[in-house]
Amino acid sequence: MKLYDYVLSPSCYKVRLMAALTRVKLEIRAVDFHPGAEHRGPELMALNPAGSIPILEDGDLILSESAAMLTYLAANAGPEWLGSGAPEETARIQQWLSFAHRLTASLGGARLHEMLLRPGDIGALQAQGIAALRELEAGLVEQGLRGMRFIASDQPTIADIACFPYVALAPDGGIPLAPYPAIRLWSRAIRGLDNFIEMPGIPRLHELKPEPHVEPGEV
Amino acid sequence: MMQDAMVDEWYPVGLFSQLDVNGRKTALMGEPIEVALDAEDRAEVTCGDGRTLPVCVRYGHVWSSLGKPQKDLFAIPEADQPGRRLVDVGVIRVRCSPLRAVENFLDIAHFPFVHTDILGAEPHTEVQDYKVEIRQDEDEVWATQVKFYQPQAAKSASGGITTEYMYRVPAPTCCVLYKTCPPRPGEWDVIALFVQPLAEDLCDVWPWMALFDDVTPMTDLIHFQQTIFLQDRSILENQIPRLLPLDPGMEIPTRADLTSVAYRRWLKRHNYTYGAQLVAQ
Repeated sequence: MKLYDYVLSPSCYKVRLMAALTRVKLEIRAVDFHPGAEHRGPELMALNPAGSIPILEDGDLILSESAAMLTYLAANAGPEWLGSGAPEETARIQQWLSFAHRLTASLGGARLHEMLLRPGDIGALQAQGIAALRELEAGLVEQGLRGMRFIASDQPTIADIACFPYVALAPDGGIPLAPYPAIRLWSRAIRGLDNFIEMPGIPRLHELKPEPHVEPGEV
Repeated sequence: MMQDAMVDEWYPVGLFSQLDVNGRKTALMGEPIEVALDAEDRAEVTCGDGRTLPVCVRYGHVWSSLGKPQKDLFAIPEADQPGRRLVDVGVIRVRCSPLRAVENFLDIAHFPFVHTDILGAEPHTEVQDYKVEIRQDEDEVWATQVKFYQPQAAKSASGGITTEYMYRVPAPTCCVLYKTCPPRPGEWDVIALFVQPLAEDLCDVWPWMALFDDVTPMTDLIHFQQTIFLQDRSILENQIPRLLPLDPGMEIPTRADLTSVAYRRWLKRHNYTYGAQLVAQ
């Protein structure tokens, strides 16, 4: 499986993270998104006329929507990430997968504006981002009342991976996460998963690592 | 109050390769400026008040100044050395003092904690003694004989090595580091951070590199450096106080911070205080 990837893109990171969590090895093809705008060039436009990344290629299958990539990785290597199949849970997963687009447009837009100088109405992007965060916070609190730690189930699903990156990187767009305790707990739960991988701006949980063991004279 | 001496220095204001006749609207020390190509494909910088500002094009970037630069832009001789690949990493905006961006670049002690498994790793956290001086002839801050264990020091490094560094501050918002070059012992890879001060607490950072590496695709080199810098960005945006304190008392340095101490001393000596906090004004 080949991923057309930009190291700073939260959407690309969703796919890298899902692959790591399900132990799928990806072939990474680095795309010069910034400063080169390679995703708008002829080679990648031929693969994905929308001009966006990530793009996932597996034989004849070419995917340009990250939710479809998460589904494909899970169906191949970790069906438990697709949920139990119960009607309500299945619907919640779909609900949050679609909701993730709002996070991309708002928090992602604010981040691109504040970090890579992309045009946009920063006030409006931040206001929409905060509205989406409040909705997610409420959703996670309700899940907590149901006794569930993750957004659609008691186990993590592709819906968590779809929402997590843009939320965790909200501070990059000038939106602090301090007001959202349920989101912060949920974020910790995801960062504490086995085989979790980091990206710039989303560090690993150092406290979960084993205590470093120093041999005498090693340092 | 004496005018800040930083006004007469050169600052990066854009990538030359990305300039066009339509121009790029940006800012320099609070003043709106526009950077564009003129009819003869030369870079031109105009200030919001209509003045044409001094211009030079070097190291892939356009440089300008609001004042009257007293000397040429500092030299990086390695930029002209055959066989090196010159990498324009692209702009990244950071809500921090331009001086804090440079100071962070000079720090080694944070490597194992912020750049974990790339530029450092526990338990190899010790910063060994190194030498720091303010060179009088060049009027630059230099740190030499800096050694650090790194799991993946460069894109071209295949495993952990003890990397040697030299750091150099040739201008108040520019920093050049020289580090062990894995494929070519005896030469140094050059990695620079050119910082454009937009305001005292806001800057555009333009990383740039001159490397010996014939193997790694250009995009991977860019991604490697962007990864490193973006790991720093969130830390920089959360530093308090936002401006860099130049008087003692606000922060307590340790031995590992000798470069930072020299940098702050050098800034103060030159009255380079744009983005700095002074207790005694």
